Amino acid sequence: MAQAFDASAQQSLLTARAEEALALAKRLGADAAEVGASVDQGIGVSVRQGEVETVELSRDQGIAVTLYVGQRKGSASSTDASSASIQAAVEKALAIARYTGEDPAAGLADASLMATELPDLEVHYPWALTTDEAIELALACEQAGRDVDGISQSDGASLSSGEGVRVYANSHGFLGTQKGSSHSLSCMLIAQDASGMQRDYDYTSARDPKALRDPAEVGREAAERTLRRLGAKRPPTGTFPVLFDPSLSSGLIGHLLSGLAGGALYRQASFLCDRLGTPLFPDWFSLEERPMEIGATASSPFDGEGVQTRNNRFIDQGSIASYMLSSYSARRLGMQTTGNAGGARNVRLVAPLQSRDSLLKEMGRGIWVTELMGQGVNGVTGDYSRGAAGFWVEDGKVQYPIEEFTIAGNLERMFAGLVGIGDDTDTRGSVHTGSWLIDAMTVAGD
Amino acid sequence: MTAYKSDVDTAAAILLTPGGLDLDALETGLGYAMGAGIDYADLYFQRTWQEGWVLEDSEVKEASYNIDGGVGVRSLAGEKTGFAYSNQITADALMDTGRTAAGIVRSGKRLPGQLVSPVSAMSRYAGIDPLAGLSAEEKVAMLKQADRVARAADPSISQVSASLSGTYEVVLVRASDGTLAADIRPLVRFNVSVIAVKNGRRERGSAGGGGRYSMAKLRDDQVAEQYAKEAVRQALVNLEAIDAPAGQMPVVLASGWPGILLHEAVGHGLEGDFNRKGSSAFAGKMGERVAAKGVTIVDDATISDSRGSMSVDDEGTPGQYTPLIEDGILTGYMQDKLNARLMGMAPTGNARRESFAHLPMPRMTNTVMLAGQDEPSDIIKSVKRGIYAVSFGGGQVDITSGKFVFSASEAYLIEDGKVTAPVKGATLIGNGPEAMQRVSMIGHDMALDTGIGVCGKEGQGVPVGVGQPTLKLDELTVGGTQS
Repeated sequence: MAQAFDASAQQSLLTARAEEALALAKRLGADAAEVGASVDQGIGVSVRQGEVETVELSRDQGIAVTLYVGQRKGSASSTDASSASIQAAVEKALAIARYTGEDPAAGLADASLMATELPDLEVHYPWALTTDEAIELALACEQAGRDVDGISQSDGASLSSGEGVRVYANSHGFLGTQKGSSHSLSCMLIAQDASGMQRDYDYTSARDPKALRDPAEVGREAAERTLRRLGAKRPPTGTFPVLFDPSLSSGLIGHLLSGLAGGALYRQASFLCDRLGTPLFPDWFSLEERPMEIGATASSPFDGEGVQTRNNRFIDQGSIASYMLSSYSARRLGMQTTGNAGGARNVRLVAPLQSRDSLLKEMGRGIWVTELMGQGVNGVTGDYSRGAAGFWVEDGKVQYPIEEFTIAGNLERMFAGLVGIGDDTDTRGSVHTGSWLIDAMTVAGD
Repeated sequence: MTAYKSDVDTAAAILLTPGGLDLDALETGLGYAMGAGIDYADLYFQRTWQEGWVLEDSEVKEASYNIDGGVGVRSLAGEKTGFAYSNQITADALMDTGRTAAGIVRSGKRLPGQLVSPVSAMSRYAGIDPLAGLSAEEKVAMLKQADRVARAADPSISQVSASLSGTYEVVLVRASDGTLAADIRPLVRFNVSVIAVKNGRRERGSAGGGGRYSMAKLRDDQVAEQYAKEAVRQALVNLEAIDAPAGQMPVVLASGWPGILLHEAVGHGLEGDFNRKGSSAFAGKMGERVAAKGVTIVDDATISDSRGSMSVDDEGTPGQYTPLIEDGILTGYMQDKLNARLMGMAPTGNARRESFAHLPMPRMTNTVMLAGQDEPSDIIKSVKRGIYAVSFGGGQVDITSGKFVFSASEAYLIEDGKVTAPVKGATLIGNGPEAMQRVSMIGHDMALDTGIGVCGKEGQGVPVGVGQPTLKLDELTVGGTQS
């Protein structure tokens, strides 16, 4: 049932399309050009209450052309990679470049920075999964969750599996391609008591299907996470230490990286403007990216403009050691690119870790946050105020679930107030981290 | 204005003709997607042309153009959905996707085919290409005007970015229940964002809007100047803002965009799928009091030219005016065909999908609380100590527990019945059903937002509108830093 996907054939096809687009751009008068093309194919199934709900076969493709006429820039993209569409896209991008303004910083990355080491980072693990097998795995996951006492109903389990190819090429003669895969299984459950309904979920995700957790374990964990929320109260209003669950502390690192991103810095839209070299975290904390890690979520030997990626240390012994720059943002700031066009890859902590129990003990009386809601983070000022749910902690012990409150502070103050990091590392995303204990935040509850 | 037939012909010429198809060929396409055991199948053809122009540092530095399109084929059997799509609109693609979608669901009985019945619907906006309304020079000129106005407005403005974007979308739906419908949907938007720096403080302000009309209307309405001034005003207010209080207090919501709170706190919980599955905090409450007396909330796809409006939805059902809560009593859900059929209700024209590559589901269009009787100034006067929230960044809801969260991007303290200092970092949190019971005053100043909303659900984004009068919630938790 699953559609055949020949990644190598797709790679050749996309490469040919990218070269065709570059040649055409040159012929029609562009001084420089770059092309990104990708194709992804996958299957997604969802089940609910023991029945199949949806089966979805997906196949997405796209080609994007950016070209430069002098210092003017135009872009166009299409989901159809036929020769006619490529021609239309190049012509449209050229037409646009007649109207955009001169930008001294515009252009490709320097030719001397193009990646020359292009090892296979082993991120492609196709899964020959039939629809029926996918359904069975989702059903097994959901059933394990529904079997747990107290779960009143399921909100569904889903399995998705996909693979794809991407190509980036530019008129320096650089051409990079990468095949990749991604597989995930998730389950969301509902429990009910006199105080109302609660739901929660768990998921597993990996490039290699063999690295996925056991479906039944995911279902049971989803059940446990759901049940422990029943009977939630509201915490008191006041100032308390806050322990962020690993899935949420990776979000705090995300806010940090957004603040270090060149685009926010040259626009003066970052709370970390003019802070290079200054302390931000305690001195025991360092943070780096490892783009060449084998088999990891975000591994790539080249960045979004063909520049060789490298291990960047963004925070060194608590101080800001590097911004996160592309060629464009680097030129705007009078600096050099850090190979971060397209963001940071495989972000890792370098810090002493301790058990969650020891963090709870250190916290004493406070809040363990397991869910955040809303978008209350201001990247310009660092002001932070978000809805939350979690658990009330007294004497280092978890007491009862809490909900309908906010936690507020400022990111700079929160980073400086980082007390400790847990060894409960969440490895599902591109950022790996354990729990974070922050010394004090304002809690608004009852 | 029931320009119906012409829309189908136009859409067919744009979507089908290039791939060698015509309306008759869709019968064959549907045949592949039906087969034994399938209750319903539909073909959704779509093509979009998108354009975006961005100004930064007083120059238009970025402009992009995107063409997307294809066909999505869906086969339904009971609660099961099979779905496949292709970005080719050809006979081969219809056969492949149809067989794939149908092959996924294979139980039940065969239903008789239905005769084609073209849907007749009122047009809620002009079926035009909005991108063609202005020349490239005029688009650049609008952006530069916004930049000049913002920079001239105040010396503290250090950065100005402005964007102009538009989408021309053509859709055609053919379903096994006989539905044949088409829609030509323009959508445009203009946005200005500024950074103000003063005494070492840096704050952002932004403003924007648009709707389902030509880019020429944005120029004619002089939105570049209007939104530039509004963005500067907001940034200057935020430069003076003090820390928001923390704790429970009365909250007054301004008219217009703060209606996003209703969208989150109530709207999502009234979508048919969540209620069929029993996962909404509003499930099983039809006919019960779920909000204070005086609260009437409708989902209205029929508002002329509004960002969330739909002449027909993505299943070909005409866009409608759907009362959800009337004088505090729950009276309606928003439905697509699948959930309506399974719940024994009628579709309400709320089936929406991000694109042909996504499955439709019940979604809001323009969600609005109707006007009450109160004078807005009396509402402010009635509060001893609380918050006046004028604009919001974004919000989120957990439809199961009913908890919602919003971040105010412009808010003020109310002290002794007067609006006083601006506050920053005010997040509001509450429980939808409870918050709606605490609405105690409703202004007569109902207003729609300016056309900026994007609603996300299960990873799919669609444009929406919201609206409300000034209203007072007796108690809500405000999450500032001053406890």
